[in-house]
Amino acid sequence: MIRRLLAPLLLLFAAPAAADSLLPDAQMANIQLSDPAKERQAKALMETIRCLVCQGQSIADSDADMAADMRSLIRQRIDQGEAPESIRSWLVERYGSWVSYDPPPSTVTSPLWVLPIAFFLIGLFLVGGRLRVKRTK
Amino acid sequence: MTRLWLWLPLGIFVLFFAVVANGLINPADRVIMSKMIGKPAPQFSLPPAVDGLPGVGVANLRDGKPKLVNIFASWCIPCASEAPMLEQLAKQGIEINGIAIRDRQQDLNRFLARYGNPYTRIGADNDAKAQISFGSAGVPETFVVDGKGIIRYQIAGDINPGNVGALLAALKAAR
Repeated sequence: MIRRLLAPLLLLFAAPAAADSLLPDAQMANIQLSDPAKERQAKALMETIRCLVCQGQSIADSDADMAADMRSLIRQRIDQGEAPESIRSWLVERYGSWVSYDPPPSTVTSPLWVLPIAFFLIGLFLVGGRLRVKRTK
Repeated sequence: MTRLWLWLPLGIFVLFFAVVANGLINPADRVIMSKMIGKPAPQFSLPPAVDGLPGVGVANLRDGKPKLVNIFASWCIPCASEAPMLEQLAKQGIEINGIAIRDRQQDLNRFLARYGNPYTRIGADNDAKAQISFGSAGVPETFVVDGKGIIRYQIAGDINPGNVGALLAALKAAR
């Protein structure tokens, strides 16, 4: 009986097996670039690159080690003068357009652009019908 | 006929509800596979991660023999669980190049002493640059690279008795 009660209590003191790196974050993960214009470019790109670990966050928001590595990579490459869109396409080449929160227009994404226009036209048609009925009265 | 039309909004709502409920109950398994399969291995060159084993670079992958590139870390728990499988593959004469992600030498030494060392080379990828270049989204991951340095196959997650057959087949096809 005592053992059954004690076991869960002992768990409170157990050290969790942490599956995380012991190395500090990558060099440029959390340090801004000295050139504000470049840092702005880097930040804008980071906000539209999806974290591969958490998957619902951008790498700018994520605390995952891998997101830190990707931030560092982006800052270093922007510092070397690479264009943000070139880094984005480099990442898309590796992980698919999934990794970008700013997917290029394609047949898969076309409903996102076409449907709002279609709904608007349907709305106009409906409203137009209503107005016409009133006028004939 | 008009009566039936009245039910349409409810029908659409039920459909919408079903889709959302299905997504909540069975969340999609989002393993991000590399898009580099069929392409040449990326440029990379990593220093040795432990004493006694050389580092890994893209030049090592182009030596004419198919091999495995295993992305792992001592802090990764599934990496320990796939260690016996890697050991078996190494015993069959398959060359395994390791890329150690964000690791410390003392931790790696302890990991290799405890779980065995199937690697002929281990490169230290402390900022995960090589990992990202491969299109790898986590640890452990294993790539089959043919003798010309073209990436042929990927296993995302640990190697286990369920997927080792496909891995061996990919290695054979890469010969």
